[in-house]
Amino acid sequence: MSTTYDPYAGSRETTEGRVYTVTGGDWDLTFADQQGEDRLVVNMGPQHPSTHGVLRLVLDLEGETVTKARVVIGYLHTGIEKNTEYRNWVQGTTFVTRMDYLSPLFNEAGYCLAVEKLLGIEAPPRAQTIRVLVMELNRIASHLVALATFGMEMGALTGMTNGFREREMVLDVLEEITGLRMNHAYIRPGGLAQDLPDGAVESVRELLAILPKRVADFHRLLTGQPIWQNRLKDAGYLDVTGCVALGVTGPVLRAAGLPWDLRKVEPYLGYETYDFEVPTADTSDAWGRYLVRMAEVNESLKIVAQALDRLEPGPVMVEDRKIAWPAQLSLGADGMGNSLDHVRHIMGQSMESLIHHFKLVTEGFRVPAGQVYVPIESPRGELGFHVVSDGGTRPWRVHVRDPSFVNLQATAAMSEGGMIADVIAAIASIDPVMGGVDR
Amino acid sequence: MAMTTPGGTGGSELVPGDGEAGFDDATAPSGGFRKGAFGVSGSGDTSGFGGLVRVEPGGAVALHSTERPYGGWFDEVTDALIDAVGQATYDAAVQRVLVDRGEITYFVAREHLLTLARALRDDEALRFELLSGVSGVDYLDSGGPAAGPGRPRLHAVLHLTSMTYRRRIRLEVAVTAEDPHVPSLTGIYPTADWHERETFDMFGIVFDGHPALTRILMPDDWDGHPQRKDYPLGGVPVEYHGATIPPPDTRRAYR
Repeated sequence: MSTTYDPYAGSRETTEGRVYTVTGGDWDLTFADQQGEDRLVVNMGPQHPSTHGVLRLVLDLEGETVTKARVVIGYLHTGIEKNTEYRNWVQGTTFVTRMDYLSPLFNEAGYCLAVEKLLGIEAPPRAQTIRVLVMELNRIASHLVALATFGMEMGALTGMTNGFREREMVLDVLEEITGLRMNHAYIRPGGLAQDLPDGAVESVRELLAILPKRVADFHRLLTGQPIWQNRLKDAGYLDVTGCVALGVTGPVLRAAGLPWDLRKVEPYLGYETYDFEVPTADTSDAWGRYLVRMAEVNESLKIVAQALDRLEPGPVMVEDRKIAWPAQLSLGADGMGNSLDHVRHIMGQSMESLIHHFKLVTEGFRVPAGQVYVPIESPRGELGFHVVSDGGTRPWRVHVRDPSFVNLQATAAMSEGGMIADVIAAIASIDPVMGGVDR
Repeated sequence: MAMTTPGGTGGSELVPGDGEAGFDDATAPSGGFRKGAFGVSGSGDTSGFGGLVRVEPGGAVALHSTERPYGGWFDEVTDALIDAVGQATYDAAVQRVLVDRGEITYFVAREHLLTLARALRDDEALRFELLSGVSGVDYLDSGGPAAGPGRPRLHAVLHLTSMTYRRRIRLEVAVTAEDPHVPSLTGIYPTADWHERETFDMFGIVFDGHPALTRILMPDDWDGHPQRKDYPLGGVPVEYHGATIPPPDTRRAYR
């Protein structure tokens, strides 16, 4: 502390130590007795518009250089894994869909594939094709939000409004198919909650006609822009070795040059029969991740078009009556529910059907004891479901290896030694979804 | 679907002494499955609706060991692992191997976990470069012999991925709640950092050698480990329009 009185930077002794009142002026003068201690610790979040959700960062700064980046999570922990242990296997779908809320259909698909593997069953072909269809639409919506928030956090607000506008178009189609914009609970163990409604195929085709133009608009808006390029290039660098050591998968790994996409390397739901590319970049930085996501939107559009072409009529739920939901849902005057025919049947004609319906809906089916791990490629990387059954009607344990959770670990490696502004670019390029991180 | 031949082949590593006698122990919960939605124990089925429910002697944990050959590339990986660490270490480290639903699980003694993990990562014929995740499971009251030193309840489950060969294996380390120590993999797989913190937070498994084993999802001052099966669900009875809604623990549907 300087001996001269400074009206703009006074200080007083308290029981907690010396407290400075800094209202401007010369900082060197204020901290004259603390020479050599240039470290500044800045807390960012959890409520901050640039931290991509309720993420908290504790940054050690020297000037504008980040010397240490610590990530604090857990602000959105809702105990979803624990909750599934107290609900039957079908109800689990409605819980896991709420984890990574930008890719709900991937959560559902991963969970259902794990339950199906435990049961030793496979969904019928039409259900598999529709799963691929809705998942790829979901991937587009998720990437559009990733690009939109990327724009917002970099200060390109038009990118945000455009991204969310296009995403809403995709969500409208998903709403038409599943009944909800998000948290669909559409994919169920053994198949789907219901078949595609009339007119859904046409709506998807209309969307497919519009979206490529909008993606091109995105390129015109951001890709060629010098400010955008300067903010992203060389920001948040992490090479393949670093990615694999830190468990990072998805677009971040592919932007480092490794074409690791579970749809290609460990195909599920018939992905090996679709014609699509795995986009990569070789820059290992935020710029590469941006380009990879843009390219993946186009690839997903290709997959959606192919899925539409190969849709054949057929069941969307397994034949096994001990597993399949007893009633097809239908739209009535009071909303979605069991079809009237089914209600008439169980209430008036067949007591056995009523018992069957009651047992299956309230108690649920049993799953043979054992454990499986099923990974799928979510928009953010490897989404793995480790599901354990003790042979009962509820899961014994559902553990989710959420890609956002793992990828976020790379924040320190990407940010330390760089500028504080690049921390934002690094996190935006990881695209973590806190609902998935904290579960 | 596997889960075959209960009781006949294995489990002696887990149940010291006369292993099979443990299954008939009066203290052991009956049946390898939990109660149904209405507190029904056993199959609860008098109608035949539920079909035949197979009861595993180990409950959720299969106690037997799969005999070789395991089939497919499982034998290749096992042989390469034996070559890499030596037969003696392998025999000491791997208590048993289970092949089920197309996945292979090595049940590993914790003293040898790091030796195995290092060999699995570095050996040319193995190359499990990626640790996909660490997950915990609490097998308390999951049927079979009662949890205790002979049947450790807390399992740390590690999923390893070989990007070179496109293979996945599972390592499982079982510890008791009284001595929940497992060596940390952070030195071999840096990604284990947060996974282990989460497993510690939720199950209280202590990963020795972890650089900063603190809670990650729950608040720092939280008591207990929420995903353990004996963790109380809490809550108070709530009165609403004259009716009383009991706290979750005592509700029929939660038992």
